[in-house]
Amino acid sequence: MSSVNLTNIVKRFGSFTAVHRTSLEIPEGAFVTLLGPSGCGKTTTLRMIAGLLDPTEGEISIGGKRMNDVPIHRRNLGLVFQNYALFPHKTVAENVAFGLKYRAVTKADIERRVNDALELVQLPQVGERYPKALSGGQQQRIALARAIVIEPDVLLLDEPLSALDANLREDMRVELKRIQDRIGVTTVFVTHDQSEALAMSDRIVVMSDGRVEQVGPPEEVYNTPASEFVANFLGASNILTARCIERTGDSVVLDVPLFGKLPIPVAKAPNLTHEGPAKLVLRAEKLLVAAEGSSRDGAVSVDATIETVDYQGQAVRYFLRAGDTQLQAINMIDEHPFAEGEAVSLHVRPQDCAALPEG
Amino acid sequence: MGWNLIRLWSILVYGFMFLPVAVVVLLSFNASEFGTFPMSGFSFRWFIELANNEAILRAFRTSIALGLMTAAISTTLGVLASLALVRYRVPGANMISTLLIAPILVPEVVLAVALLLFLNFLNINKSFVLLLAGHVIFTLPFVILVVQARLVSIRRDVEEAAMSLGASPVQTFFQVTLPLMLPAVLAGALFAFTISFDDITGTLFWKPGGVETVPTQIFAMLRNSISPEINALGTVMIMMTAGLPLIGMAVARQVARKRGE
Repeated sequence: MSSVNLTNIVKRFGSFTAVHRTSLEIPEGAFVTLLGPSGCGKTTTLRMIAGLLDPTEGEISIGGKRMNDVPIHRRNLGLVFQNYALFPHKTVAENVAFGLKYRAVTKADIERRVNDALELVQLPQVGERYPKALSGGQQQRIALARAIVIEPDVLLLDEPLSALDANLREDMRVELKRIQDRIGVTTVFVTHDQSEALAMSDRIVVMSDGRVEQVGPPEEVYNTPASEFVANFLGASNILTARCIERTGDSVVLDVPLFGKLPIPVAKAPNLTHEGPAKLVLRAEKLLVAAEGSSRDGAVSVDATIETVDYQGQAVRYFLRAGDTQLQAINMIDEHPFAEGEAVSLHVRPQDCAALPEG
Repeated sequence: MGWNLIRLWSILVYGFMFLPVAVVVLLSFNASEFGTFPMSGFSFRWFIELANNEAILRAFRTSIALGLMTAAISTTLGVLASLALVRYRVPGANMISTLLIAPILVPEVVLAVALLLFLNFLNINKSFVLLLAGHVIFTLPFVILVVQARLVSIRRDVEEAAMSLGASPVQTFFQVTLPLMLPAVLAGALFAFTISFDDITGTLFWKPGGVETVPTQIFAMLRNSISPEINALGTVMIMMTAGLPLIGMAVARQVARKRGE
């Protein structure tokens, strides 16, 4: 188990810069997720930590030791891929034992550790089978067993759940987190799936276009996005043009054309240091859609019309129009959703909003 | 009606292709000295004579040695070339690939004469090594085509997984890459062996005096007479060049089944 430190790393492919100058500290035992859309540099960053790519500039250290010139096979890492990457010509037990053969482990110990690892991923019976005979989810568990049986300093997971079916993916998510908690290994997880990131991480690193947009615990990244990109990427948000007109000790007052003056708690606007143009971030699930003419304590209300209804079972997503502004809202429902074309009232509590500086 | 015509036509085409071969095989068991129908009796006589013909046995040994060496060298070079072309970024990879495949496209006679002239130019005499070199040049493209196609389908992340687990690049090759491309490597080796074993055009140009391979020996024997021994030899050749790949395929299928592919 080790910490991972990236110091001023840059990765260029020819004239294309895949990762701009980035520094990142991953503490020992943490579960850190690199989250972003495809092409944001998250996999490139993971591959640099793994030693599959050399950074163009900067330093990578694991457990305090500089790793730049250490080849992948001497880094003692566990690596899990999207497509499992099991050895098709070896049995499951041989797959799991593979890494132990390159370490000073006795035959009896290999057998014991392989069994323990298969036990840990809850597949103790499949050792003699070939990977092809297993389902996708089972193969990924074997891949995980193979990666952790060597007791790696760092576990690197490259979209390990993306190839699985939706239901299985959620089970595996829980399973993966359980195993990581149990062995406590420092883990770097790459995904484009925000719900995976939010559910599993101690800390999320949101990346876009080769740059780190925000680093923080899931709740912080979700509730206090540091940029418009983060606000849009994690969940659905309404971003409205506003003006910061006043900063007091504990709140920032935004003037939003649609809602009027909203006092936002300072904690929700950490980057808004100046008065002037700003953005209001309003999460779709914080925008309450209610019957026309209703009101809510401590909330600002406006009238709107429902344009589209996207029914999702326990929740519903509305696309609304309030004056010239288009908004979206995701609300839990217990009976019937509002119908298309219906006139409604929207309620917004200022403390549910966040604010960003313009640009 | 239409389908029956097509069926008939197919039978005719196959008959045209394989009947002459069948006749050779059949006549090799003919007891009579003359290749005429009806056959006068069934006999292994010509095979026994074959086994006692020192010249043919020598040619056989030469062909097998040449074929095995060609297969070994071509396969090794072909695997290395494929690895370089598929797994590493080599400047001018397309050009190199084309040049390596080119011997298939050049008529064999031209290739044969060209190599001979080239060695004349260098003042190098004909030798067994030259013959071997010629066969390697001629069989290498087949190995590369087969192995490259397989290598492309082996996912990079399997090799990366092996390395992350502590295997050095060389260990990764022998533990993961080679076993996964083994069917193609064996197929390439079989190709190289059978092509070398069958080859006559190039061999006639390149072989040094006194060295005969089975095809050149048959060719020489045909100049004197049509002996039933030649039929027997032809049958043995067919068994080897058709039988080996069939056995190879059967083995490959068996291995694949075991892995549940």
